[in-house]
Amino acid sequence: MVFDLSFLTRHLPDFERALLLTVGLGVAAIVGSLVVGLLGNAFRNLPLPGARLAVRSYVELARNTPLLVQLFFLYFGLPSLGIHWSGLTCAILGLTFLGGSYMIESIRAGLDAVKKEQIEAGLSLGLSRFQLVRHVILPQALATALPGVAANCIFLLKETSIVGIIAVPDLMHLTLGLIGLYYKTYESLLLLTLAYLLMILPASWALARLERRLRYGRQFA
Amino acid sequence: MVDNSLELLLKNLPLLLDGLISTLTIALASVILGLLLGCVVGIAHLSRSSAVRTAAKIYLEAFRIIPVIVWLFVAFFAIPIAFNLTISGETAAILILSLWGGAEMSDLVRGALTSIPVAQFEAGRALGLSEIQLYRQIIIPQAIRRLLPGAVNLITRMIKTTSLVVLVGVVDVVKRAQQIIERTHEALPLYAFLFVLFFILCYPLSLLSRWLERKWPT
Repeated sequence: MVFDLSFLTRHLPDFERALLLTVGLGVAAIVGSLVVGLLGNAFRNLPLPGARLAVRSYVELARNTPLLVQLFFLYFGLPSLGIHWSGLTCAILGLTFLGGSYMIESIRAGLDAVKKEQIEAGLSLGLSRFQLVRHVILPQALATALPGVAANCIFLLKETSIVGIIAVPDLMHLTLGLIGLYYKTYESLLLLTLAYLLMILPASWALARLERRLRYGRQFA
Repeated sequence: MVDNSLELLLKNLPLLLDGLISTLTIALASVILGLLLGCVVGIAHLSRSSAVRTAAKIYLEAFRIIPVIVWLFVAFFAIPIAFNLTISGETAAILILSLWGGAEMSDLVRGALTSIPVAQFEAGRALGLSEIQLYRQIIIPQAIRRLLPGAVNLITRMIKTTSLVVLVGVVDVVKRAQQIIERTHEALPLYAFLFVLFFILCYPLSLLSRWLERKWPT
């Protein structure tokens, strides 16, 4: 077997483009999921009958079905109802749907860990409901939730790898295209693997650092 | 419209069931192999030999960092060329899902074992238990309680991930649904069916995992 180096250099720009798109998609999905995670928890605690059940149902539905099926449903199923979304839109929506449910769970764990005395102390100091959430509950809850939230971010970055199935020109899509066109299986798979290393390794290092710093901070809290 | 959809699903039920059996076979084989492998590698994470520890760590990180689907394509496309043998989509799928499940499981096993306080080991030894008695009667029962909720959760994730095998040409339940869609152009009911089907497969396991967590709080 001959390893074609010129193939690598020739298609490097393609991979660069696909990597940027994949990272952008991952970041969009992370931001969307965080918003869903925060709003979901806010909604969950509203004094509305059924609010808890609604959030719980969403979380269970999203967590117990594969992303592949969710994406196919959005991209190929919804047009039957007259809803036509582009592959990229479906990818962001699908990843946010899945990631949002994970974020709701992680943030809820953080909120549950805030001690009751903290809330009582805040109330007895005369803080308003908003001040209480803003200055007492959220800072503590988010610090506790951070490792889980961080793990969800890495999970989402990895999950972007399947959006190629709905025609989003991401890394996976590019690789399969190149294999199909030129039969350069090794070279394409090598570039693909390197691209994922480039994307996930720094993220996982950054999060490991963050966790260490949080633990350090807590010693003095 | 709902009546028509149900009729369509009922008429194609044998085909969908055939695909479901294929999906479940791959999932079951991978779960069994993956959990066993994970137990062995989990213990290897705590080995006295640093070479064994490093090897286990590299294996875990490789599957943590590179998405399963990439591994699936590596197995499906690169192994046949590298070793000049033909590998079916099913074999590639079981191989990669087991290896991935094994990596995730090994981390759970390591976590369960290291979470047991040293005092438990010391107390067992102080009572004069042999190493085998110590592990059989003190450590393993406690480790299993800590391990089980996570392991059940991992099984749900593995069942969900089995849906990826359609991408390496396995005729699983997703592929069967797609074939029916090609014939009938009824995408919505079939994808809704897949959605519900996977939910029915995974939700009971999620409940079980949560119940176990509550039953044995750590």
